Amino acid sequence: MNTNPTRAILPYDAALVWRDFPLLRREVNGKPLVYLDSAASSQRPASVIAAVDRYETYHHANVHRGVHRLSQEATDLFEHARERVRAFVNAASTREVIFTRGTTESINLVAQSYARPRLQPGDEILLTALEHHANIVPWQIVAGQTGAMVKAAPMDRRGVVSLDDIARSMTERTRIVACAHVSNALGTVLPIAEIVKHAHARGAVVLVDGAQAVPHQRVDIQALNADFYAFSAHKMYGPTGIGALIGRESLLESMPPWQGGGDMILTVSFEKSTFNALPFKFEAGTPNISGAVGMGAAVDYIEKLGIENIHAHEQRLLAIATDKLSRVPGLEIIGTAPDKAAVISFTIEGIHPHDLGTILDAQGVAVRTGHHCAMPVMEFFNVPATARASFACYSRESEIDALVAALAKAREVFS
Amino acid sequence: MDLKDLYREVILDHNKSPRLFGRLDPADSAADGHNPLCGDRLHITLRLHGERVSDLRFEGKGCAISVASASLMCEAVKGRKRAEIAHLFHEIHEVLTKHDAPVPEDLGKLAALSGVRDFPVRVKCASLAWHTLNAALERSAEPAKTE
Repeated sequence: MNTNPTRAILPYDAALVWRDFPLLRREVNGKPLVYLDSAASSQRPASVIAAVDRYETYHHANVHRGVHRLSQEATDLFEHARERVRAFVNAASTREVIFTRGTTESINLVAQSYARPRLQPGDEILLTALEHHANIVPWQIVAGQTGAMVKAAPMDRRGVVSLDDIARSMTERTRIVACAHVSNALGTVLPIAEIVKHAHARGAVVLVDGAQAVPHQRVDIQALNADFYAFSAHKMYGPTGIGALIGRESLLESMPPWQGGGDMILTVSFEKSTFNALPFKFEAGTPNISGAVGMGAAVDYIEKLGIENIHAHEQRLLAIATDKLSRVPGLEIIGTAPDKAAVISFTIEGIHPHDLGTILDAQGVAVRTGHHCAMPVMEFFNVPATARASFACYSRESEIDALVAALAKAREVFS
Repeated sequence: MDLKDLYREVILDHNKSPRLFGRLDPADSAADGHNPLCGDRLHITLRLHGERVSDLRFEGKGCAISVASASLMCEAVKGRKRAEIAHLFHEIHEVLTKHDAPVPEDLGKLAALSGVRDFPVRVKCASLAWHTLNAALERSAEPAKTE
């Protein structure tokens, strides 16, 4: 495992970075793959694949259990990964870093373990108009269980949710503000630090869905001061089925366990069980150890490239792609916030996004088409679906040209 | 996998100028179809004359495959008996889902949809109209709604 990440290799060479990702070399439908769907799931570099493989091949046993050598090695690797994740997002302590299956499970954990025991009928949970279903449905479920209400702060035609939009939507009954750091469908970046400050002043806690932020910009959870912050490994060059919930220690301490089982207890009798300390209280059962190892390796990889370098590279691609796509006849970009991540949702007049997806795929270009698990966003912009191109550390400028050429082909088919 | 086989002239034409587009009012039966994956929505209204679908219309939004399929279907089933429609549905289902199924000659223009089977994720687009029509026909068969 690479435990000595070196920061900032400059100048950034996307062609070299691209070579770190074995999958990107393959062909699709006889054409070189142009992978522009990293916002759905990013590919993994060889170093992550190797770290998982090494773990599976040499070190696997159950964690936090045996006194035998392998169990110690597995535990060390698992806990090392936790420390890597903690350092990456600057959480205050590893007690605040809970491994989950991903962003969705992290949010459900907070909804059920933090919100459910506290919410009273008439209390409000404030979301925003641009949320992913994963940050809507868990709150609707807990609202149904408690009699609380779910509200959504509005956005404007650019897809911007401002502090003002949040502030005006808050009432004295707002207990929880749950919002994305970066919109998966529109790319909009929300002013989290300001939102947290405002919410705290009015006595609400804040959960941030950081799935689309952590891979693309420096996230400092202590600086943001968010109470809960959720993200997934598979959007940051790590494996699927693993992610993290970062929670404020005092809140996590006050919350009951979410699931019961092994690893989350200190003592069990048929009369009563006592629960383990943080973070283990929230990690019932044998965890996804190889996933955590892969997530730690993904952090190492990102830090080797330098998250600031990745951010600068992606922002450059965003500017170029926005410019080039704007020149495609009939193309409309959905989501034009001034502060955006490298995600471009778009529609083309006269061509349904699903047809577009098929025609691009035939040319090896992978984009997401559909509602992006954000049906309220589609409703707001009055489109059934969009096509979405998203960029990552390995995306190259030539791939934007491949996308534009593939779009020309689509227009030709539908001419 | 050839795009030209999926987006044949007939398909593109029916997408651009859908036939029997609109809504019958009054109608003997109606049904909604929804494909949440791509957001396609269809609404079918129909009139019955005994066992025959004497007239029908569809409206809605969707991809080229779903719109063309609805348009072609409406043309094909208008004036046909329930049993004939059931037979057509069976045939089109085979053509859409079975890779090596021969395309029956009596499918007529509907045969243009056979290219869809090389694009498995698009089969649902082509079958949405048929499932919606089936729902409308089943509903009209319910005793409460028959006259």
